[in-house]
Amino acid sequence: MGFFLETLLGGLMAGMLYSLVALGFVLIYKASGVFNFAQGAMVLFAALAMARFAEWVPLWTGITDNRLVTTSIAFILAGVVMFLVAWTVERFVLRHLVNQEGTTLLMATLGIAYLLDGVGQTIFGSDIYKIDIGMPKEPIMAFESTFPGGILINKEDLIAAAIAAGLVILLTLFFQKTSTGRALRAVADDHQAAQSIGIPLDRIWVVVWCVAGVVALVAGMIWGSKLGVQFTLSTVAMRALPVVILGGLTSVPGAILGGLIIGVGEKLSEVFLGPYVGGGIEIWFAYVLALIVLLFRPQGLFGEKIIDRV
Amino acid sequence: MSKKIGDVILNVSNISLAFGGVKALTDISFDVREHEIRAIIGPNGAGKSSMLNCINGVYTPQHGSITFRGKTFNHMDSHDVATMGIARTFQNLALFKGMSVLDNLMSGRNLKIKSNIFLQALRIGPAEREEIMHREAVERIIDFLEIQAFRKTPVGQLPYGLQKRVDLGRALAMEPQVLLLDEPMAGMNVEEKQDMCRFVLDVNDEFGTTVVLIEHDMSVVMDISDRVVVLDYGKKIGDGTPDEVRNNPDVISAYLGTSH
Repeated sequence: MGFFLETLLGGLMAGMLYSLVALGFVLIYKASGVFNFAQGAMVLFAALAMARFAEWVPLWTGITDNRLVTTSIAFILAGVVMFLVAWTVERFVLRHLVNQEGTTLLMATLGIAYLLDGVGQTIFGSDIYKIDIGMPKEPIMAFESTFPGGILINKEDLIAAAIAAGLVILLTLFFQKTSTGRALRAVADDHQAAQSIGIPLDRIWVVVWCVAGVVALVAGMIWGSKLGVQFTLSTVAMRALPVVILGGLTSVPGAILGGLIIGVGEKLSEVFLGPYVGGGIEIWFAYVLALIVLLFRPQGLFGEKIIDRV
Repeated sequence: MSKKIGDVILNVSNISLAFGGVKALTDISFDVREHEIRAIIGPNGAGKSSMLNCINGVYTPQHGSITFRGKTFNHMDSHDVATMGIARTFQNLALFKGMSVLDNLMSGRNLKIKSNIFLQALRIGPAEREEIMHREAVERIIDFLEIQAFRKTPVGQLPYGLQKRVDLGRALAMEPQVLLLDEPMAGMNVEEKQDMCRFVLDVNDEFGTTVVLIEHDMSVVMDISDRVVVLDYGKKIGDGTPDEVRNNPDVISAYLGTSH
């Protein structure tokens, strides 16, 4: 029982990281109708910026004894960098593609992905970095009285979970309750109509890409502090792809639940099913699950129903 | 019933628009007076929608200028057009299909919402009051257009005629001074057309909104509009009251063909 719960928790934590990456996809899709292939590259870019700033800020400012301060400054600087990325993308790519087909925009994001991968590594270097944001790493024991041996919980994971939860609540409020959120949903549905009611498309796009950039930054920071920052981080995003399909491209809660389901599913199937089929389930489990969901619900578990009048 | 028709509010002068070698509009000029219903008619491909898109800022004409309330523009910017109080509807519905009727109309209020985004997110204080105020305005439009029963329905699920009404409602939510309607009766049956005519007349009458209307169906136009511009192959071939236009030989030949 204890072992099962531990696996479950491990799965939830891994799933939460998927969720964070998936969230970036969902945000941009929800708000501009574009599937953003560059999300993975943005996570890498943000993580690289964060890692290097965390290293540079103490050198620049001379503050070496207070990690909280330097980390915060690094986070803000990385946030500014992500804002610049958002602005640049809008100014040089999206602005010229107003009223174009979704596919055109999709291809443009593919280009942005390669550009960000390259530019990121040119500016920030291509070594493997670690982000040390000073989260406590020592595990805590829980339920020692309930199970023999108790359960090991990583404090770092708990903090990460809290951050993710906070982010989700903020985003939900933003999308559902504010006029800007409504404008974002409007832009996703129809560029031309949105313009006709006076929604400034350029500003909206900068806002969305900024928000997605901040989500990428948080995701990159947490991934980076767990596993280190390196080029492969960019491909991690592809593992979040089945999450988005599972949860539905238009649903913020869907991204979160989808991530958790896949995280838990991967770990549990690997541990309990793996021995019978020779292991390696973790690699394909998510995709198979996503395929099955697509079979029954093409819009994903929580996605907006696809309505098409003929 | 005598309406008070005011001064010229919108003046289009010498507009020419070409896509590559195709001349969509050639040297078009006309004016729109305050509180009137001004129709633009013409056969398919006459350039009616292009004209509207120039006023609305979707297209930039190569020549000519547009004057709105004394300000002259060579190019109208979509966002500014909306801010200045010009709203439009679309020929091929461009609604936010995934959103409810209510949200679609509320999105029309977007420019008017002023409160701080953080207050909005938490629905506190002034933001709450503002939201309620806008909601009331939207409810009045919902009542006006008789779509109370569909408030929460995603627009994509509504039948075509009702979607057209929502399209009009979203434009009305902006409380525009000038309303541009791109074929509001296209694809409707007789009953729906009559409803739509009534709404357009009521809007014009009750709110004093100036209406610029593109229409294909001559009979509808002649009944409700004060003055009519006729386009054919991107050129203006007639301008005047419905009666004048009806008896204009060029218009008759454009619509019915001439015998050679």
